[in-house]
Amino acid sequence: MECERCHQRPATVHLTEIINNEKRTMRLCEQCARELQAQAMGFFPQINLHNFLAGLLHNEFGFPTTGPTVAPAGARCEACGLTEAQFARQGLLGCGECYRYFGPRLEPVFRRIHGNTCHTGKVPERTGGKVRVINRIERLKAQLREAISREEFERAAELRDAIRELEKQLQEG
Amino acid sequence: MSIRETVNNPHSRWMDGTGPESDIVISSRVRVARNLAHLPFPHLLSREKAEEVIHAVQTAIENRVFREKVGKMELTRMNELTPVERQILVEKHLISPDLLEDFERKAVVLRDDEVLSVMVNEEDHLRLQCLLPGLQLNRAWELVSRLDDGLEATLDYAFDEKLGYLTACPTNVGTGLRASVMLHLPGLVMVNQIKGVLGTITKLGLTVRGLYGEGTEAKGNLFQVSNQVTLGQAEEDIIANLISVTRQLLGQERAAREALYRERREQLEDRVGRAYGLLKHARVMTSEEAMSLFSDLRLGIDMGIIKNIPAPLIIELMVLTRPAFLVKVTGKDLSPVERDIYRAQLIRKKLSAAQQS
Repeated sequence: MECERCHQRPATVHLTEIINNEKRTMRLCEQCARELQAQAMGFFPQINLHNFLAGLLHNEFGFPTTGPTVAPAGARCEACGLTEAQFARQGLLGCGECYRYFGPRLEPVFRRIHGNTCHTGKVPERTGGKVRVINRIERLKAQLREAISREEFERAAELRDAIRELEKQLQEG
Repeated sequence: MSIRETVNNPHSRWMDGTGPESDIVISSRVRVARNLAHLPFPHLLSREKAEEVIHAVQTAIENRVFREKVGKMELTRMNELTPVERQILVEKHLISPDLLEDFERKAVVLRDDEVLSVMVNEEDHLRLQCLLPGLQLNRAWELVSRLDDGLEATLDYAFDEKLGYLTACPTNVGTGLRASVMLHLPGLVMVNQIKGVLGTITKLGLTVRGLYGEGTEAKGNLFQVSNQVTLGQAEEDIIANLISVTRQLLGQERAAREALYRERREQLEDRVGRAYGLLKHARVMTSEEAMSLFSDLRLGIDMGIIKNIPAPLIIELMVLTRPAFLVKVTGKDLSPVERDIYRAQLIRKKLSAAQQS
């Protein structure tokens, strides 16, 4: 019998792997067996990120981690049709709207991955107009508090007017 | 440079060894994930909708404002390239291996100088990337951000006020930003400190991976360090953190090299000399062996032990001797054994040419 990996040399080794309770046996030549084992013992574990994440989500969403998965009805994204069970299996969301439909249940996941649940970085210039204004107001409010604490009242008045102007813009949409 | 020239030329700007700290930091890369609003993410995208995304990107890069802001970029559908050409783009780090799967629905956008690229319909609709030589993360972010603004002038992104940029995988949500540096750390490996050092890094919200990304081994003592968190930190903070950790690593690697030179000089020179000898004279060479010898030789060049070989040549050889490039260079399909023979031949040729010049 030839080696299942290189299909060149005769198979002399039976390599058995148990992954997620599934047993798999490969018939290999000595060289391929050595290479595969070296890979398995390698410094970097060969973990697929999505599978790993899916496992994490599985727990988070309260699905059993072992045994056959019976998909509970669960929530479903109305925009793309992705179910919670599908998400927990793949670790990928289906569309931007999924974040809204699964929202509260995703928060612990974000907290676990990022230690955080709120974006503080870049905002798109055109499509994120409103957020940019809100962020600007927040920054001005912080400056206002600082100006008041330093008793710089003229500066504070300027800042207050700027904030009012932006808030008006926001209301007018 | 057209896409044909890109796949025919083994050299990319990120390999030219000109950036700051380029004796240890091979390259800096910044990528951001973006998605178009009102369309399913690529893994749920129908053929027609995938086409819609490609079309929208094509229109966006032809826009006048985009051209002024970013320059001329060219979109190529993955199915317009041969399998070897596609693989070469991976070997040059211009696209990820994931763009090769189900490639009928995918495309790549490249700027002439190969510094900026966009993958279309990978895990997210858009993955914008900037790759520069040496430690230039701030510059890379600046360029990616400009490319991002240029695209956003015509494309509607999936963005949420609270969560930021929405991505297929929750690990990318927020900034969608992954910044990474590729480091050559033979000193720390030789003094047996690499495990401890890299272990510490993972405690600082960073991850370490091999040369060709997720799930690959660290070949040739090359390590890729990148941020893990994308939500709740501003882009500039993520990058500043990575730069400061990289500087620490640079210090430790240099200290390890000095210690080796001081205390084990003969062994070090022997190792470098042996690597040089094998690379110059071997007739059959596997890619693993080549990678580890390249690392030793590069260390010898950086430490002044080897004087007549330019350092960037080693990085170029690392790319040139990968399987797809060998097929390209020889113009035919090669068996693994033939590849090893051609690889050795090519290395001998390149090294002796460098010596003579």
